[in-house]
Amino acid sequence: MKKYSAFYGVPYIIWLILFVIAPLVLIAYQSFFTIGGQMSWANYQTYFHSGTYLRMTLNSIWYAFVITLLTLVISYPTAYILNQTRHKQLWLLLIILPTWINLLLKAYAFIGIFSQNGAINHFLRFIGIGPQQLLFTNTSFVLVAAYIEIPFMILPIFNAIAELNPSLINASRDLGATNWQTFSKVIFPLTLNGVKTGIQTVFIPSLSLFMLTRLIGGNKVITLGTAIEQHFLVTQNWGMGSTIGVVLILAMVLIMFVTGERRKRGGDK
Amino acid sequence: MANTIIKFNGVEKRYGDTVSLKKIDFELEQGKFYTLLGPSGCGKTTILRILAGFTDASAGTVTFKGKRINDLPANQRKINTVFQDYALFPHLNVYDNVAFGLVLKKTTKTVIKQKVSEALRLVRLSGYAEREINELSGGQQQRVAIARAIVNEPEVLLLDEPLSALDAKLRTAMQVELRQLQQRLGITFLFVTHDQGEALAMSDEIFVMNNGEILQQGSPVAIYDEPINHFVANFIGESNIVKGKMVADHQVEFVHQCFECVDAGMRPNEPVEVVLRPEDLDLTSVDQGNLVVTVDTQVFRGSIYGIMSHDHAGNHWLIHSVHQSTVGRQVGIYFEPEDIHVMRYGESEAEFDARLEQYEGEADEKI
Repeated sequence: MKKYSAFYGVPYIIWLILFVIAPLVLIAYQSFFTIGGQMSWANYQTYFHSGTYLRMTLNSIWYAFVITLLTLVISYPTAYILNQTRHKQLWLLLIILPTWINLLLKAYAFIGIFSQNGAINHFLRFIGIGPQQLLFTNTSFVLVAAYIEIPFMILPIFNAIAELNPSLINASRDLGATNWQTFSKVIFPLTLNGVKTGIQTVFIPSLSLFMLTRLIGGNKVITLGTAIEQHFLVTQNWGMGSTIGVVLILAMVLIMFVTGERRKRGGDK
Repeated sequence: MANTIIKFNGVEKRYGDTVSLKKIDFELEQGKFYTLLGPSGCGKTTILRILAGFTDASAGTVTFKGKRINDLPANQRKINTVFQDYALFPHLNVYDNVAFGLVLKKTTKTVIKQKVSEALRLVRLSGYAEREINELSGGQQQRVAIARAIVNEPEVLLLDEPLSALDAKLRTAMQVELRQLQQRLGITFLFVTHDQGEALAMSDEIFVMNNGEILQQGSPVAIYDEPINHFVANFIGESNIVKGKMVADHQVEFVHQCFECVDAGMRPNEPVEVVLRPEDLDLTSVDQGNLVVTVDTQVFRGSIYGIMSHDHAGNHWLIHSVHQSTVGRQVGIYFEPEDIHVMRYGESEAEFDARLEQYEGEADEKI
C-alpha cells in the first residue's frame, strides 16, 4: 500500500521539482548577478537604495490593496446573497463563467468599452455629460483588475458561507442577537477563512499585474510586475529582474503568513 | 389554568401543498416538564421551531403569558433552545459560548463571570471554561449547550432531541440530570424526542404526535396504561394488540373467548382493539391460563425473558417473564381484568375523556 501511494506521487514530485523548485532556485541564483556578470549583492543594494524601486513597491502594494478591498467589498455580500438564492449553483456558475475567457481578450474588450467611441462614452454623450477620458486612468485599471479577480474572491467566501451550519445562526438569534450581531459575532468570524483564502488569491496576483497596467492603465501605474517585464524583455538586466522577483516572492510568503491559519481554533465545523 | 405560560390555538403549518401541522391546540403550564413524542417527520420539531421563532405558523395563534407572539422575532422571546446538534459556536471557547447571550444584553463583566460559572457549575462543567469546543466530548458539548441556554434565565427551555447523539449509558444519566435540573430551576421544559423511554422517564406530561397531529396528551402513566389508539399503544412501550368485540359494558370478547374488563360506555357488539402489555401477562400452566399459546422464540434480555408465542387463532403474543420457558411448549397466559385495555376505532382524545367520565360517573352512582 505504502509503495503504491509513493508511486502515484511521482508526477507531482516531478512537476514540483521542474516547475516550482527549479525556477525558484534559478531566480534566486540570477538575482546575485549584476548586468556585467559579477556575483554580488549589488542588485539588492540598488533595490533598497533606489527611490524608484521603493516607490514602485509601495505602488504595487497600494494598488493590490485597493483592488483586494474593492473585490472583497463586492464579493462578500454577493456570496452571501448567492447562498440565499434557490438555484445558487447556477448563479455561481454564471459568476465563474467569465474566468473561462482569456484574460487578454477581456482586457481588449474593456479597451473597446472604455475608449473614446466606446459604449460608456456613447452613453455619457447621450445623457449630455459628454465623452470622458476613461481608458488609461487609474480608476479604470482598478475597476478592470477587480472585475477580473472577483470570481476568485467569491468562490472561497461562497464555500465558507455554504458550509456554515444554519443552526448556528438560529442559535445566535435564539440567544438574543439581532441580524447585525449575528453577522458580526457568528457569520463573519466563521467565514473568515474563506475571506483569507480570497485575499490570498486576489492580493498576491494583484502585486505583479503588468498586462492590465499597460493595456487599461496606460502604464501610468508602474508595478513590480511591469518592472520585471521591462528588465527581462527590454533592458535585458535579468539579475535586477530576478531580484525584484525574489522581493515579490518574499512579499507573498509574508501575506500567506499573515492571512494563514495560526490559531488552533478553527472556523471549520 | 392560572399559570398557563404558552398556548397554541389552532396552529397550522403548511409548506406549499404539504401540511406538516394540522390545527394544533395545547397549553403549557409554568414549571412543568413536557415532552413532544412522535416518530420523525410527525411535526414535533416544527412546533418547537414555531415556538422558538425560527419559522412562522401558517395559521393560528401562539401566546406567551397571554400575549400573542406570532410576529415577535426569535431574539426577543424569553425562550431559549438546546439544539439537536448543540449548535455551539466553534470559534468561541466554552466560557464565551455560555456568555454569548449575556454579552448581547450588555451585562457587566463581573455579573457575566458570576452567572457563567454558576451555569457551568449547574451542568457540572466547572473548570472547563477555557476549553475549546472541539476538545469536548459529545456529552460535555451537550451540557455546554444547556448551560448556554439556561444562563439567560429563560421562562421556557426548548430541547430538540438533545440526547439522541449520546451513547445509551450517558443518555440515561443525562435524562436524570435534565429532570433534576428542571426541578431545581423550576422553569418550563419542552422536550422533543422520538424515544418513548426518554419521554416516560422525564416528563410530567407527554404529547404523543403523529402525522402533524397531537393524538394523546397525558401523564406518562396515563398514556402507558390507557393508550387511545393502535398507534399510541404501539409507539409507547411494547404491546399485544388483538381485534375484539365489546359484547356489553365490562365484557369484551377476543380470541373467541369472553373476558371481564374495566372498560365501558360503548355500543353493544362494537368492534374494538384490545391491548395487553407484555409485562401484564403471566406464564402459567395450560389449565390455569386465560389463553393457551405455543412458545415460538425466547430472547434473554437481562432482567427478563422476551417470549414470542402464538395462539390457535394466529395472534402473536409477547410475554415478559422472569422465568424462562421452552420453545415449542404449550403454556397458559394469565391476566387480570384491569390488565385489559379496550380501544375504540377512530376515537379522539376528547371523546375518550368524555366516555371515561361518563361511565366512571355511573360506577360512582352505583356505589
